[in-house]
Amino acid sequence: MLDEQLLPPPAPPDEEITRERLLAGVRAGLPFAVAGGLLAVSFGVVAKDAGLSQVAAIVMSAVVFAGSAQFAAIAILSQGGAVGAAIVAAALMNSRFLAMSIALAPSTRGRPLWRAVQGQPIVDASWALAARPDGTFDRAMLFGATAPQYLAWVAGTVVGALGGGVLAHPERYGLDAIYPAFFLALLLAELRNGRARGVAAAGAVIALALVPFAPAGVPILAASAAALVGLTRAARAETAAALERTR
Amino acid sequence: MSTTLVLIAGCAVVTAAIKGSGPLALGGRDLPVAFRSVIALLPAALFAALVVTQALAGGHDLTVGAETAGVAVGGVVFWRTGSVLGCVVAAAALTALLRAL
Repeated sequence: MLDEQLLPPPAPPDEEITRERLLAGVRAGLPFAVAGGLLAVSFGVVAKDAGLSQVAAIVMSAVVFAGSAQFAAIAILSQGGAVGAAIVAAALMNSRFLAMSIALAPSTRGRPLWRAVQGQPIVDASWALAARPDGTFDRAMLFGATAPQYLAWVAGTVVGALGGGVLAHPERYGLDAIYPAFFLALLLAELRNGRARGVAAAGAVIALALVPFAPAGVPILAASAAALVGLTRAARAETAAALERTR
Repeated sequence: MSTTLVLIAGCAVVTAAIKGSGPLALGGRDLPVAFRSVIALLPAALFAALVVTQALAGGHDLTVGAETAGVAVGGVVFWRTGSVLGCVVAAAALTALLRAL
């Protein structure tokens, strides 16, 4: 631990969240909001098919706001599973947000509870947009990019829940391809160098190897182990260089 | 109705707890370069896992279907154009087309 690269760098200046930077986040989040809105339409349809009332489906999107977890919970329910099992499925599906919230932690400001509140806007796209190469996060980008995604998620659910038979079979319109395509776009934007590509390949292999045995969501969290490649000397040197550039 | 309430409240609470736990437990500490270095590679690992599990896995089985081809074409569209919307629309459109055939 005497390696100088392991010593914590000085704290970065407390960055201000300006209106301009929030708006830049909103703009960056818009395409993801539209894609998420389409997904939310199919969630509204699926939730209704699983026996939720229209209001319940909409409220669920408004207070849970976690697409893959909502789909997972509803799938358990529609297969006749217990509510407890559905909640556990949602928690496992969301377990990747644990890794994301740990990553975000040092970039939050204020008292502990207020910091926990700042973790709430974490959704996949905003978290990726806010991530900087030095391992810190742009909070204005996170908050700004999540705002339109939240609105679109709720609005899309309203459309799906209230919409009639036109939308009865979301898979007929290929809507189930939206999620993986959405994540693929996020992934491709991350593959800056050979190391990131190697980590992605390793993450994919870990996840696929676990799919046959582990409950849904766990393979994704387990794949985060591939990022431990960041502990190598070369990767640390690169991060230290990125840190130097940003201050 | 109470079942639905428990479901929604339960999902909301676990989601908020998971998203808040990192900042609550670790916030305020300036973390070492090694930690930051791992974090910088985390998106590649997580999103790769999400793509393959969503595009290839149906439950506990690995399957290749219309959506696999759709997602692959969506990826090409994003790679060529950088458009997220183009990517998801192409993926959905091709998937729908293949299923209609």
